[in-house]
Amino acid sequence: MTAHSAIQPTHVTVGDAKDKNWYIDKSFEILMFICGISAIIFVVGIFLFVFKEGLGFILGDMNFSEFFLSQKWRPTSLNKATYGILAMVAGTAAVTGLAMLICLPISIGAAIFIAEFAKGRTREILKIVIEFLAAIPSVVWGFIALSIMNPLIINVFDVPMGLGVLNSAIILALMAAPIVTSIAEDAFKAVPDTYREAAEALGATRWQTIYKVILPAAKNGLLSAGLLGVGRGFGETMAILMASGHSINIPTSVFDSFRALTATIAAELGETAVGSPHYQSLFAIGIFLFLITFIINMTADFIVRGVRKG
Amino acid sequence: MFEAAPINLQNEQVQNRFRLMFGGMMVILIIPVVIILATLVIKGWPAISWTFLFTDPTNGMTAGGIFPALFGTIWLVVVSLLASVPLGVAAAVYLSEYAPDNMLTRMINLATINLAGVPSIVHALFGVGAFVIFFRFGTSILAASLTLAIMTLPVIIVSSWESMQAVPRAFREACWNMGATRWQTIRTVVLPNAIPGILTGVILQVSRAAGETAPIMFTGAAMFLPFLPNSVFDQTMALALHLFVVATQVPDIPESLPFGVALVLVGIVLIMNTLAIWFRMRLRGKKKW
Repeated sequence: MTAHSAIQPTHVTVGDAKDKNWYIDKSFEILMFICGISAIIFVVGIFLFVFKEGLGFILGDMNFSEFFLSQKWRPTSLNKATYGILAMVAGTAAVTGLAMLICLPISIGAAIFIAEFAKGRTREILKIVIEFLAAIPSVVWGFIALSIMNPLIINVFDVPMGLGVLNSAIILALMAAPIVTSIAEDAFKAVPDTYREAAEALGATRWQTIYKVILPAAKNGLLSAGLLGVGRGFGETMAILMASGHSINIPTSVFDSFRALTATIAAELGETAVGSPHYQSLFAIGIFLFLITFIINMTADFIVRGVRKG
Repeated sequence: MFEAAPINLQNEQVQNRFRLMFGGMMVILIIPVVIILATLVIKGWPAISWTFLFTDPTNGMTAGGIFPALFGTIWLVVVSLLASVPLGVAAAVYLSEYAPDNMLTRMINLATINLAGVPSIVHALFGVGAFVIFFRFGTSILAASLTLAIMTLPVIIVSSWESMQAVPRAFREACWNMGATRWQTIRTVVLPNAIPGILTGVILQVSRAAGETAPIMFTGAAMFLPFLPNSVFDQTMALALHLFVVATQVPDIPESLPFGVALVLVGIVLIMNTLAIWFRMRLRGKKKW
């Protein structure tokens, strides 16, 4: 990360006296190093601690095919507790997919407008609005889903309940929009101006330049923006808990209620006894979520880095 | 001399149409912000008064104020910043000033990206497993704040790193040439020049930490407490969780009350963001290099 140059700080010079300043310098270097690797420690720590709490379930009551292939999440059943997360995975995936269908065109369009059309003050103001949108807390989005979107959906579509896939997807699309927009905008900005100049010199209009030159050049950045949006969708907790209706079934229409993986943990962790199979099964869901978002984030980062190298 | 050929006029029209289309998408993003803020203000404003801000909830939270939640949120945010700011800035100093371009540094960067992407509820599980159970802090302000601190850490690292990278290398070289050690250079040249940028990142994290609900639900925030916390080992109420509770768990509540809570929460968050934006603009105007 540091650029290399001929000039170096004094302490590396051979033959320098190891005086007080040398020791202060060394000890701070070690301290900064320890803090520097804290991110690694925490990521590993999160995995280990969540894994440790869920281990009892993974080794004991967990049946892999039941866990991933059964729709029956009945951890509190007295006769036979079943732990199937299929319905939740399907619900989460359906909502994330629908949210991305809403969010991606709008966000990428907005990013094109900011990066290619808006100028000066307009651009600054638009970016501030996007920042405000990103700042609204998750629980407030959930509250908006309950108090504004719910009656709106009931009235507009004439359905008995407004909580479910559609409500969650719209809320999630609005939540993911700022991050997708700003990453997409970065991707457009990363396209060198010489590309635009070359296209215009050949007589292309602004739209032809965008469509034929900038979009293909920014393709990987856009893909990565979409992936981060998906990661956000899988990880979102409070807003989905409040907007989903929270009933376990695989949704078949956009008005169906569903239950998200994250929301299950949030709703049930408080009611379980520490160390019980139910408690441990929630940590097992946590490990699953951690791994999914880990893979999504790594892929997104890999795609973006691939562009920079090329 | 030249006249625009018909084909160009047509292109002009096409271009304007596309400008309108993308502008329209931008507007689709702006309208919800306006509607949401307007609704919160219209429905929540009647509930807000000095008594609302500075008294306890009464009648099973269907009346009264939000003072304990407001007070608790301040506790949580301050304690989490005490942990995350020194750690995050130090990590950024390492990445910006010491780290060689090697495998370990790449791993740190990957870990930072990942830490930012871990779902908030998984942070909550980690907080329960590590702070509440393993370190025996119990459900307390300390456990909840540390969980929040780890959540906000990556953004503090990245924003501090960016502001240190913005300090020109020539500044450092000049300092080294005077015979200063690396640490003396960081303390007297890099940090003073980077501090406004670091502060902007920290202010944004205040707004984020104040709004988080899932990570504090099981680690230290309580739905209702009749007393204020005295130390970091007590539980506390928090504004974000209070909004969740009054919106979903309390029956027969007057409509204006949850809107009032939401308005206060969004107000705090947006004031913090405005502050950060104002700060950043001043900074940009001042910079001479």
